[in-house]
Amino acid sequence: MKERMNIVVVGHVDHGKSTLIGRLLADTDSLPKGKLEQVKRTCELNAKPFEYAFLLDALVDEQTQGITIDTARIFFKTKKREYIIIDAPGHIEFLKNMISGAARAEAAILLIDANEGIAENSKRHAYMLSLLGIKQIVVAINKMDLVNYDENKFYQIKNEYLEFLKTIGINPIEFVPVSAFNGLNLIEHAPEMSWYKGKTILELIDSFEKEKEDEEKNFRMFVQGVYKFTEGGDDRRIIAGTVNSGTINVGDEVIFLPSGKKSTVKTIEIFGKESPLFAVAEQAIGLTLTTQIYVKAGDLMCRTDQQLPYTTNRFRANIFWMGKNNLNIRKKYKLKIGTNKVGLNIETIESVLDASTLERITNREEVHRHEVAQIIFKTDKNISFDLFNNIKTTGRFVIVDEYDIAGGGIIVEALEEKETITAPDYSEFEKELYNLVKKYFPHWEIKPIY
Amino acid sequence: MDYLDKLEAHSIYIFREAYREFKHLAMLWSIGKDSTVLLHLARKAFFGHVPFPLIHIDTSFKIPEMIEYRNKLAKELKLNLIVGQNREALRTKQTFPDGNVDRITCCKLLKTEALKNTLSGQFTRYKYDHELGVLVEDPNKEAYTGVIVGVRADEEGSRSKERYFSPRDKNSDWDIGDQPPELWNQFKTEFAPKTHVRIHPLLDWTELNIWEYIDRENIPVVSLYFDNGTGKRYRSLGCWPCTFPIESTAKNVKEIIEELKSGKLKNIAERSGRAQDIDGGGTLEELRREGYM
Repeated sequence: MKERMNIVVVGHVDHGKSTLIGRLLADTDSLPKGKLEQVKRTCELNAKPFEYAFLLDALVDEQTQGITIDTARIFFKTKKREYIIIDAPGHIEFLKNMISGAARAEAAILLIDANEGIAENSKRHAYMLSLLGIKQIVVAINKMDLVNYDENKFYQIKNEYLEFLKTIGINPIEFVPVSAFNGLNLIEHAPEMSWYKGKTILELIDSFEKEKEDEEKNFRMFVQGVYKFTEGGDDRRIIAGTVNSGTINVGDEVIFLPSGKKSTVKTIEIFGKESPLFAVAEQAIGLTLTTQIYVKAGDLMCRTDQQLPYTTNRFRANIFWMGKNNLNIRKKYKLKIGTNKVGLNIETIESVLDASTLERITNREEVHRHEVAQIIFKTDKNISFDLFNNIKTTGRFVIVDEYDIAGGGIIVEALEEKETITAPDYSEFEKELYNLVKKYFPHWEIKPIY
Repeated sequence: MDYLDKLEAHSIYIFREAYREFKHLAMLWSIGKDSTVLLHLARKAFFGHVPFPLIHIDTSFKIPEMIEYRNKLAKELKLNLIVGQNREALRTKQTFPDGNVDRITCCKLLKTEALKNTLSGQFTRYKYDHELGVLVEDPNKEAYTGVIVGVRADEEGSRSKERYFSPRDKNSDWDIGDQPPELWNQFKTEFAPKTHVRIHPLLDWTELNIWEYIDRENIPVVSLYFDNGTGKRYRSLGCWPCTFPIESTAKNVKEIIEELKSGKLKNIAERSGRAQDIDGGGTLEELRREGYM
């Protein structure tokens, strides 16, 4: 087995995601023997009709409520390769779990109930996939048995949904009519729907292509840490990180951004490997330099013979919000891009979008949970990044509110640097003073400083 | 890069994020195959060093070979080994082998409670003294805020729902229905006072991946995993009163890989030899919600 691929299954609640995966596992003999019988027996004992979804919904609350709460990883193998199938919850309340699952995926299966038709989350999930940059998508129109395998019904949903997908830039590989519960068109072609001539779900899964690694692109590496472990006489000062994109060679001249410090790669360090001469995207490596310059975690390392990323404190981004509290234009957040962390301010909320209706709202000061927005951000210090369309891993970020990741976004445009109005770095004394004033003199209504 | 290279690189990334973000970081070490791979990955991430302590929760009922192997490795690799134990429960014989409590309660007392209180510093920690070659009391009582654990998603249902960085509240409880979002290699690294984060670098590895990696990297593992002529071997290691070997004649790593690939073990869960799972209704969810690894 040479390859592994992550696939996410998304769609509206009750449209049959867990059932599709459960049936796929059962029919490809991927379940431990006895598991199917055991779940069936449990159902009988509790006088509940058997569902394939019970094979996946492992949590006690999930089984009693008949709903998937959190994303599960399911390991699955075909002759071609190994898969992790990510079962994402379809209920709106668990959108953050769906996004956590989908963000790991290289391809997606989107499910729609033929009987109920296109629902709110059929659209919202599709929009999230497009925002996350997932391009390989198969749409399965499920529960065809409930509409008597009607070809017209299938095409009606297909055409309506295609129209929606076009507006958000998704071009699905295939629409497949299936009945997940009865296992139709999952592995073999179903005689009940002989009018369908395309591939089955399993054939389509095997036809997804692995994303090309970013070896051809410009070299980028976010510094994760600078290590000097002196134990045992080790005197190397190692810059550690995982290559985001491109290739780095011993002897390359490199620049650390945003500081702009330059040096040359002396060695590449990989534990257990004798002096490697180069490293490529996705490899976790270490480097030593010919000169001792001050480098820190969060710096973006690039090659001076290649095009450099943007360095500025303003950019335009598309974001989705998952926070318990609304995103507020006056509140201060933390931005995490790669291994870099910086204070984040909102300059303008240009528009807010309801991802299920595509209704665009302007003049808003807040972004609510589950909404998507286009925002101009301003960071406390200059940061270095690429546009998401050029290099994914250096063009996306998350927003931290208090202790939690509350939003994610992709950078669509770099904007001109502007001076920061509020002083970004406060001393510990100033912070403590601020906290005291806030606590004991709330009626002063002191302006938040961080 | 093949898929083992990718799994390795991703695990190393997680290790390095944890090391940068958590001042009080430790790694749980259960001596089993997953822990052993975890230790190997840590050394890869930090270029031959292990820059944080390894915590072993000693129930006192571990199979003796495991403790021997632990001490040998700690000495060889100069590891900072910390041992934690629920001495009160052992003194009052509140254990399953003593016949006073059931298996699940025994697990809760000797593992979950011992782990919680060792992490928080409530229980005395014992540190391996490399000069004396014995365990001595550790003066450090500071709570660990980041704890690296070698659980895998394919082992058991509740583990398939885990995050790479998974928060635990003040009582070490896991709020399984409301986990934080996690995307694009951005993890939960901010946390409220008195809470801690469990870090799972092996989440995406399968049992087969673990053995293939042990084979590729030539990592020594404790011999209990192999059949030594009795026609039986351990597939998952724990306390001797609650862990049973499986029927298997696999004598080395290559034969274990063959056995797993052949599908012969497909009918048996990896943890089928672990009696606490069966007493918990086939799931570890209840134990894990309260802080079990």
